[in-house]
Amino acid sequence: MGEDALYTIDNVVPPNPIENLLRMDRIPHIWCPGCGIGTTVNCFVRALQTSGLDLDKVAIVSGIGCTGRVAGYIKLDSFHTTHGRAIPFATGLKLANPELKVIVYSGDGDLTAIGGNHFIHAARRNVDMTVILINNMTYGMTGGQVAPTTPISATASTTPYGNFEQTFNLPFLAESCGAVYVARWTAFHVRHATKSIKEALTKKGFSFVEILAACPTLYSRRNKLGDGLDQMIYFRDHSEIKHGADTKTVALDFQGKITVGKFVDIERPSYQQLMYDHLKKKLGDQYIPSPEMKNVYGKNGN
Amino acid sequence: MHDDSGVLTGAHFIDGDHACSEGAIAAGCRFVAGYPITPSTEIVERIAERFPFVGGVFIQMEDEIASSIAIQGAVWAGKKAMTVTSGPGFSLMMEHIGYAAMTETPCVFVDVQRAGPSTGLPTMPAQGDMMQARWGSHGDYGIIALCPNSPQECFDLTIRAFNLAEQFRVPVLLMMDECVGHMIERVIIPPAHEIQVFKRRYYHGPKNELLLFQPDKDLVPPMVKAGEGYQIHVTGLTHDENGYPNMTVGAQAKLVTRLVNKIRMNADTIIDYREDGVEGADIVVVTYGITSRTAIPAIEQARKEGMRIGHLRLVTAWPFPEKRIRELASKVKAFVVPELNLGQMVYEVERLASGKSKVELVPHAGGTVHNPKEIYAAIKHLVKG
Repeated sequence: MGEDALYTIDNVVPPNPIENLLRMDRIPHIWCPGCGIGTTVNCFVRALQTSGLDLDKVAIVSGIGCTGRVAGYIKLDSFHTTHGRAIPFATGLKLANPELKVIVYSGDGDLTAIGGNHFIHAARRNVDMTVILINNMTYGMTGGQVAPTTPISATASTTPYGNFEQTFNLPFLAESCGAVYVARWTAFHVRHATKSIKEALTKKGFSFVEILAACPTLYSRRNKLGDGLDQMIYFRDHSEIKHGADTKTVALDFQGKITVGKFVDIERPSYQQLMYDHLKKKLGDQYIPSPEMKNVYGKNGN
Repeated sequence: MHDDSGVLTGAHFIDGDHACSEGAIAAGCRFVAGYPITPSTEIVERIAERFPFVGGVFIQMEDEIASSIAIQGAVWAGKKAMTVTSGPGFSLMMEHIGYAAMTETPCVFVDVQRAGPSTGLPTMPAQGDMMQARWGSHGDYGIIALCPNSPQECFDLTIRAFNLAEQFRVPVLLMMDECVGHMIERVIIPPAHEIQVFKRRYYHGPKNELLLFQPDKDLVPPMVKAGEGYQIHVTGLTHDENGYPNMTVGAQAKLVTRLVNKIRMNADTIIDYREDGVEGADIVVVTYGITSRTAIPAIEQARKEGMRIGHLRLVTAWPFPEKRIRELASKVKAFVVPELNLGQMVYEVERLASGKSKVELVPHAGGTVHNPKEIYAAIKHLVKG
């Protein structure tokens, strides 16, 4: 830059590399300082940018809650649905147009408490979708109530004397229900998480990525765990990468060891592939799939 | 055999549930999600059997909540879609009637009513979900509800339900009942080219000029579907014309008022009722669904005895024919309203009669239909009085 050149915000600050996939007209976002959700969004967008997917054919669906706001910031066809119902909405979207890549991006409470039934059935059916679950171990938006993911003994606004409920082990849940891809990372593991999301995005069938993220305002503060940075240090120091770990062994406890890695990566025909192949076999040429079904699932020549 | 469009042209002897399935196929519905519940299950059973031949996708979801939102995903992917249930499932679907209203997602909910509350009387008839249909989801919004009284009308009104859903971008509720659903009668399915199907209106303009919820003059915005590169945002939050959340009193007033007004302002074109002998009548019997048929022997008996009795049958329950009832209220002595509930639509008649004429409910807790004698007795009592 020459001596006379004017320094403006544009040439001093490089453009945000994920801006092209953000709705910049909706920024600033609602997340608190130190919250890990934004970090996961960064991982997600970078994964998407290098995924090779036709972005016009990618749709993102969220439920309700802090992570539920992600769909509203991503410049894709984006749907902010009702509490817990992102997965069944996404199921309808995908089944009606299998040419779409459908991503569900939501929180632990949304997807596994109120939406738990839909989670297990979408995994069982192996509906072709990627579910990115941000686990901050609490209900952030409503003020830090206990969630199915809150570790035993942690304090929440509705467990003022500590939580005594059994905690969900989400990778184990996803695998036992039939997910074909299961990984867990934390907001500290940005490169690993990005790689896993990219793999999940291109995987056929129900792929699941859990990312632990700090909720400094409502989980860490109440549990005297410091701020967002302290939680990052915890994620760094207590995580152990164990690819292929038996998901039975990866349950989380209060500030204990975190097993991260890619746990499951198997092949199983997706729901719609099964539907197409089965009806074709049973009904022969009488079967009239929708044009989109035929395009996507008719190629295998079964 | 059906023709290419899936329309099963011809004369059929089928029940109302099956007629509803055929109406949906004829209307272009190609996505159905449902959960088993009597007395509605025959609708999805027939859909499951027929859809593989007409390019449709049926999925039996894990519950009614999932079914009622899966159809909305399918609509945003470009399909016409419906879900089917009965009272207990209808209760579970309320959240998504609200979501469909708020996001202006055109879709059809079929409720084959049975006696409630709760599990109630599976599966005997009632008309107990009429107010729930109008007000069941929280907040203010407008919907359209239709009440068939025969298998033929189950076919015809299912088509109309889809057409109205598309025209006004609202959830349309087909309020059947167990009697109509399981009644077997002749159903004539016309050739496909004679069936009027409302084609979804899509925005085709440039991307940078798109305002996803910018209404046309009829207060209804055109649709955009996913996968077209428009990068739409749809939310159940109060939103502006762009579809972006806008948490202000002003945005709320603007959006919700339009959601209600698009039905109110277009009510005259939506409302459908049938009249028989209403002009010059002293008493008008207001009915809907199966009750319109149990009322006929009572009306005929009263007429035979020289009483001047009119019959007004609601085909659309919502929006309610306010103008007509108000008009009649200053001409007739009384309205008789038989319902398979302990008083729901009668409140609308009372509100519009506004003290100018008497209104008498002929209640029934459900489980079977009225004995026409009960309706006759109410008529006779009012004539004497």
